[in-house]
Amino acid sequence: MNRYRTAAGVILLAIAALGWFVWATRSPGAPYAFKLGLDLAGGTELVYKADMSETPASERSGALAALRGVIDRRVNLFGVAEPLVQTEHSSAVAAAQEYRLIVDLPGVTNVKAAVTALGKTPTLNFRLATTTTAKNATSSQVAFLPTGLTGRYLSGASLQFGSTQSNALGAPEVLLKFDSKGAKLFEQITSKHVGQRLAIFLDGQPISTPVIQEAIPGGTAVISGHFNVKQARDLVQNLNFGALPVPISLESSSSVGPTLGAAAIHDGIIAGIIGFALVVFFMLLWYRLPGLVATTALFGYLALVLSIMKIIPITLTASGIAGLILSFGMAVDANVLIFERIKEELREGKGAREATHIGFARAWPAIRDGHVTMLISSVVLFWLGTSIVQGFAFTFALGVLASLVSAVFVSRILLLALLPEGNEGIWRYLTSCGFHLRVPLSDKN
Amino acid sequence: MGIIKHRTFFFALTGAILVLAIGSIAWFGLPLGIDFTGGSLVEVSYTAQRPTLTILNKRVSAIPLGEIQLQNAGAHDIILRSRTLTPDEHIAVLSALSLKDAKATELSFTSVGPSLGSELARKALIALAVVVLTIVLYIAWAFRKVSKPVSSWVYGTIVVVILFHDILIPTGFFVLWAHITGAQAGSLFAVALMTILGYSVNDTIVIFDRVREHLAHDQKSTTHEEFSQLVGKAINETMGRSINTSLTVALVLIALAIFGSPATFNFALVLLVGVIAGTYSSILLAAPLLVPVSRYFTKKHKK
Repeated sequence: MNRYRTAAGVILLAIAALGWFVWATRSPGAPYAFKLGLDLAGGTELVYKADMSETPASERSGALAALRGVIDRRVNLFGVAEPLVQTEHSSAVAAAQEYRLIVDLPGVTNVKAAVTALGKTPTLNFRLATTTTAKNATSSQVAFLPTGLTGRYLSGASLQFGSTQSNALGAPEVLLKFDSKGAKLFEQITSKHVGQRLAIFLDGQPISTPVIQEAIPGGTAVISGHFNVKQARDLVQNLNFGALPVPISLESSSSVGPTLGAAAIHDGIIAGIIGFALVVFFMLLWYRLPGLVATTALFGYLALVLSIMKIIPITLTASGIAGLILSFGMAVDANVLIFERIKEELREGKGAREATHIGFARAWPAIRDGHVTMLISSVVLFWLGTSIVQGFAFTFALGVLASLVSAVFVSRILLLALLPEGNEGIWRYLTSCGFHLRVPLSDKN
Repeated sequence: MGIIKHRTFFFALTGAILVLAIGSIAWFGLPLGIDFTGGSLVEVSYTAQRPTLTILNKRVSAIPLGEIQLQNAGAHDIILRSRTLTPDEHIAVLSALSLKDAKATELSFTSVGPSLGSELARKALIALAVVVLTIVLYIAWAFRKVSKPVSSWVYGTIVVVILFHDILIPTGFFVLWAHITGAQAGSLFAVALMTILGYSVNDTIVIFDRVREHLAHDQKSTTHEEFSQLVGKAINETMGRSINTSLTVALVLIALAIFGSPATFNFALVLLVGVIAGTYSSILLAAPLLVPVSRYFTKKHKK
């Protein structure tokens, strides 16, 4: 008994501490404040598809990572607080393997401005011009073959004015500097294909097609297209912010205005509080003392889940809240299962504490199987699902684990700390439930 | 014992409701939202008097977008659905929706490419299938010690049968509801179905767990009870719990439907129907189904 009382004291303190933590960090600016998803906080999400058709399979993940880096820099330039750039492969079950880039811009609701700002990033690559003559045709066609040298290997660009013979003196040119890997690649290409033309493609258009005179070591190249000064300067700036290794196209976008998000949060909190109050009211009325214990355990469950969500932190979305509600239902259910079992034991005329011990043991297999199936489903959903489903699956799995702790651990210890050995007098009333004043004993007794 | 005794009546009743649900799904079809089909959805709000749909339709139709669909939402909002819009088309639509004397503020804009949409739908279906499969496997394993009079696979299979019932009923309801209100099934609908799936399985497991317990107890004792009586006892004992749990969940959902955000109203409604279906199916369908199946098995055994 004393052992349980000490444990119960520790648990109550822990619940109070977690509850205080959640309450103290509730304002949006506080450390450990909830991280709200775009659907709640308002903002824009852009999903780009990366065109990998010309990238060899072995380099695709590298190219995607490089793409992410470039867009990241772009987004930061756009001036958004806490932007998030993620990459995503389409899952194994998809028909065609696609590579995507997901850009989250909290607080931004002007989709067009965001798309323009990100879309300015140029795609740069170098292609070898090879002349192929078709058998039955008299004319020859020029094909541009990708060389693998792309904007990804660029370390910087600068503006200079024409100095070479082929270019009119004083015409603006763009000087490209490659990183060490790019410089090696550039030297290889130029040494192998002397006499051929190396086209420089910008956003899919050849802007300059110089003939390779000799191998070029040192890792610099010059684009001398037909620029005016402003065009050249813009190009330099864009290249410096990052040239894209592969072309991207906008596949989907969504934006939620701040009013809708704020209303969703406000309504969600109100609904949550009222729902919780109704459940507590019902539990107290129907299950009395165990109901009070369950209420405490449910408070503990909520405080635990919310604290974990704050600390990890897990981004809270509308679907995540749905997962939370479902797991809350599971937590209530575990308590109800246990109390019904205890009630059956009390009917047999057992003492309150003995009935509690047996009731928990009897309810355990059902609780275990129910929770394990829920965990299995949430793992599968997380593994296969899309981001909205994953948000649901993650909070749900977390909630299911917390529900196990709350029902099996917290409720049990609190009940055992409170209940006497026997079940007489006021205790009979307190442990009874439903419309009965006290537990009716079964006919056998 | 009433439920077991009159099980044919309850089978017929649930069957009739099921036929109704499947019928409405087949007749009206589930209206898939842009999350699954691709397309754009613009939601705007008016502070002043909301313009009529005809006026707005005329204005928006001036932009070459193909087929568009305009719909009133709430007291001040309007929802526009169309094919996937480019950022420029999006701006054009917004200005078309905004009138001189009734400025529209954009609440949300969602645009999904067609290929992404179809991948989402495929992903959701595959996830659902894998979840169902793993549940059968786990239940068959968890009930492996109870093999008489029905094998543990039967428990797993019945759980899945009930699960389909519990998903079809709210889907059928949603189809009817969507037919009246013009709602569409988006990702939140898929999440609601998954939630119902969780409840349904949990509900059925609780009753089967009782049957399992009684069977284990019965094997130890010398006097053997009739299987149908065992099942009836299990149903009666778990009924209080089933109803109380559903009631608490229903309380939360009703609060969510009434006080929650309008965005989650359909979600709460579908869930509520699902929870009700899940409760009666676990009491009236799941365990009673064990009885005819067990008869079938013992007959086969005797031959």
